[in-house]
Amino acid sequence: MLLKLESRGEISRSMLYATPLIAVVLTLITGFFLFVFLLDPSKNASAFDALYTFFVDPVIASGGIAELLVKATPIILCAIGLSMGFRANVWNIGAEGQFVIGAITGTIVVLAFYDVESVFILPMMMVAGTLGGMAWAAIPAFLRTRFNTNEILVSLMLTYVAVLVLSWAVHGPMIDPDGFNFPQTRLFHDSALLPIIWEGTRLHLGAALMLLVVLAAWLIISRHLIGFQIRVIGMAPKAASYAGFKEKKLIWLTLLVSGGLAGFAGILEAAGPAEQLVPTFPQGYGFTAIIVAFLGRLHPVGIFMAGLLMALTYLGGENAQIMLGMPKSVTGVFQGMLLFYLLATDVLIRYRVRIGSAVAKSANA
Amino acid sequence: MDSAIVIASVLTIMTAATPLVFAALGELIVEKSGVLNLGVEGMMIVGAICAFATAVTSGSAFLGIIVGMLAGAGLSLLFAILTQNLMANHVATGLALTIFGIGLSALIGDGFAGQKLDPLPKGIPGLSDIPVIGPLLFGHDILVYFSIVATGAVAWFLTKTRAGMILRAVGDNHDAAHSIGYSVIKIRYMAILFGGAMAGLGGAYISLAYSPLWAEGMTAGRGWIALALVVFATWKPWRAFLGAYLFGGVTIIQLIIQGYGINIPAQFLSMLPYLATIVVLVVISRDKYLVKMNAPACLGKLFHASH
Repeated sequence: MLLKLESRGEISRSMLYATPLIAVVLTLITGFFLFVFLLDPSKNASAFDALYTFFVDPVIASGGIAELLVKATPIILCAIGLSMGFRANVWNIGAEGQFVIGAITGTIVVLAFYDVESVFILPMMMVAGTLGGMAWAAIPAFLRTRFNTNEILVSLMLTYVAVLVLSWAVHGPMIDPDGFNFPQTRLFHDSALLPIIWEGTRLHLGAALMLLVVLAAWLIISRHLIGFQIRVIGMAPKAASYAGFKEKKLIWLTLLVSGGLAGFAGILEAAGPAEQLVPTFPQGYGFTAIIVAFLGRLHPVGIFMAGLLMALTYLGGENAQIMLGMPKSVTGVFQGMLLFYLLATDVLIRYRVRIGSAVAKSANA
Repeated sequence: MDSAIVIASVLTIMTAATPLVFAALGELIVEKSGVLNLGVEGMMIVGAICAFATAVTSGSAFLGIIVGMLAGAGLSLLFAILTQNLMANHVATGLALTIFGIGLSALIGDGFAGQKLDPLPKGIPGLSDIPVIGPLLFGHDILVYFSIVATGAVAWFLTKTRAGMILRAVGDNHDAAHSIGYSVIKIRYMAILFGGAMAGLGGAYISLAYSPLWAEGMTAGRGWIALALVVFATWKPWRAFLGAYLFGGVTIIQLIIQGYGINIPAQFLSMLPYLATIVVLVVISRDKYLVKMNAPACLGKLFHASH
């Protein structure tokens, strides 16, 4: 029996929305078997318990929803930015580095005005963080438009550099003078911390700002000419150039927007749950955002939902580590698996699967 | 500088370069067949932990190398199925492979952090005792020699053999290759598996010889540097080899500067390989014609035999 792919000739709208769900279900099934394999027998828990601990427990716990939003905020912000570039075939995969640099430049404002109590501190931090992320993303933009250098490799190399810059900063110029030489900055003062918007939880103003960004992105991509240009360049670069869309301009635009949003996410994370910078500040949100952008179909609303799901894998990983003694790295495996399944099932959007016939055989010969 | 320092420097350059040679050679073949696999970093790190875990539990470094290669090839098989049969986007699938590989390696390596392993044995008995020339020519582990042989073999395969010609034809024009009867998918499958095994071998070299231990994320971007090397080499094996040795040289600069007691923060020295990669990419790709002439024309394009 031969399975054969047959072109649908058009994109299946229903499959476009169905495959992310299929991918999630397949990931859960594979995860079940992974847990059967990984579970420590002395813990006396079944794989069902493990799935529950991983995917349900974190949400129903008290303050679970708030924690989920706190985790999802940086991931969604980064993913919204990346999706703009991905639509135009501009592959910024260095959001992690732009996130880190944004956190550093924002923190410079905090430390420079450490004795100042003012409502202007937070907006200044946000501007500095956004500009920092933009500056870091401007490097691959400049090199791509000026020297035709691959932005994938450059933005990724700069991520390693950014993490080293952070390590240098918190060991050297930004170190807490009263911190007994520990590599960390001072704890942010009250004017530099994001206000909590849900009493008794860690949910901070950043989550509300994230929602605004999602809405703004939705409007731009569906209503604005720039959104249209981004889509056309991604789908048909030649047509776009005939229509007079400037490719270089869009490379700059998408990299600056994605870098800026990643930097913004970085300072929100620092001024929200982190409250200071340490060498382990980056948690891989910038990389997870790549998966979120794809899983969300590069659409702001889809990204919002995919971001919540991915935040859940972080919380679930931590939960499984505490309750079941599982390695935290299970999170990364789940995330990678989800993207694999999504890419695999995406074939159904353009092709339908046929069980082989004589026609199929002759085509394969 | 006395000869002992020179010899030590050369040896360090060679051990730093060897994993890059393996990974870059593998990716070079993959790209020559028209496939862009960005998952090198993921395959390398899974190769590194599988080789290390096998060597620690079995006591055999040789077995470790084999398992490391198989692990790399196994991951690349996933990539092959997704991109060749299910026509997934090469860039996205490669990224997925890297994210998955880093997570998987951490999961496998959970119990192996902190364990020690004897590094691969070095030197040919007798010959490596000759002063100066001995350690330089005969003082290496077997994989260093193999990396030189492999470079020659890949160069010979691509330019002198019929199979190599077919591989290049598939990479340059898959529709034409298909219409004269070559199985594009089968050839690409073999290239991808070779690339995976070589990335696994590069990873195995890191955890068995370069720094014989396991630490999460220990490949530290070398898979990405190998990808850059392929562009730097304009898809020519010996140039990739040369490039890998240049990067080995950058690694040694850190050690020399620290050795002279020059007061530069360690983090800035650690940035050197990444910054050097960017510089090298800029120098090569500013010449659009050079890249276009050498890059496989179908690199990263999807192929579906519909007729």
